[in-house]
Amino acid sequence: MNDHWYMLTLVGRDRPGIVAHITHALFEGGCHLGETSMMRLGGNFTIMMMVRCAGSTHVLEQLVAGQAESLGLRLHVDRIEGGLHEHMEPDVRITVYGADRPGIVAHVTGALAEAGLDVFDLISDVGGTAQAPIYILQIEGRALEGIPALASALEIVKGEGVDVQITPIELMVG
Amino acid sequence: MSLDILKYPDERLKQASQPVVRFDNALRAFVDELEETMRAGSGGVGIAAPQVGRFERIVIVDISAMRKLPAGSSSSGRMLLINLEITGWEGMVMGREGCMSVPDYTGNVIRAERIHFTACDEFGQSHEYACEGFEARAVQHEVDHLDGLLFLDRLVSRRTDLFRRKVYRKKD
Repeated sequence: MNDHWYMLTLVGRDRPGIVAHITHALFEGGCHLGETSMMRLGGNFTIMMMVRCAGSTHVLEQLVAGQAESLGLRLHVDRIEGGLHEHMEPDVRITVYGADRPGIVAHVTGALAEAGLDVFDLISDVGGTAQAPIYILQIEGRALEGIPALASALEIVKGEGVDVQITPIELMVG
Repeated sequence: MSLDILKYPDERLKQASQPVVRFDNALRAFVDELEETMRAGSGGVGIAAPQVGRFERIVIVDISAMRKLPAGSSSSGRMLLINLEITGWEGMVMGREGCMSVPDYTGNVIRAERIHFTACDEFGQSHEYACEGFEARAVQHEVDHLDGLLFLDRLVSRRTDLFRRKVYRKKD
């Protein structure tokens, strides 16, 4: 079998039915899906999909190009290494929130990286009102130098007016 | 002897189990094998009989072998819980679960923070229990197996935030 894994990315204005149209085109073209992540960011549709396909990058692009164009989406395909069953288990979850201002993500992730955090998952959002926006950041990862090191690193960030919660993730296997 | 663990999508994991009616030597021999199977599993702190293809309401939970006891958890040692009935729930908390019957996947599940329950031992004697935190989570996960439910049936979104993780009961 000469199938390869590709990362297919689509970005554009959100509208109902995008995922159904695109995945149908991939299925009809003989592709298999792996892990995927779709998010609405600022009213935009964004998706990244691991796609297994027997053809080249060009062949895969051609399978969805028509649908992507008619839906007004920009398409990008990369051949990737790796595959399924490579999950990493996080052992810590960090939530940071505060009045929105430039630099929150940079300061927090910078401090956490110095303290040994390997980030597996990060999502952030802006809530509150247009006049008084608040920034909410949720991170999961592995604390390579222990959770107390992360807590110490974030003490400095706390002084800058954000609230921080650090919660160990204790995996229960039953 | 360690037993084979059924793995989803084996449909048998979705069937409900029946109460134990005979507390005999055969039951006790099975319990030994069930416990051996749990301890042979990587990091497993609980097991339910249907996970090995026996559809009776038998559960073993033991979190005491963990390297570090999770904060806020009770630790009751080895609990053999037959015909377990949960009689009280309190609080709710989100936590990460995996399952020996669902390899290579973990997810967030909301469970009661504290539970009260009754269960019989291997001789049919009924006992009362109270658990909280991680240990209560393990018990609830195993009870779900008895009802044909997997943690996959209770997944919550990755975006479910921590601010909502505690839900307090209304006062009567």
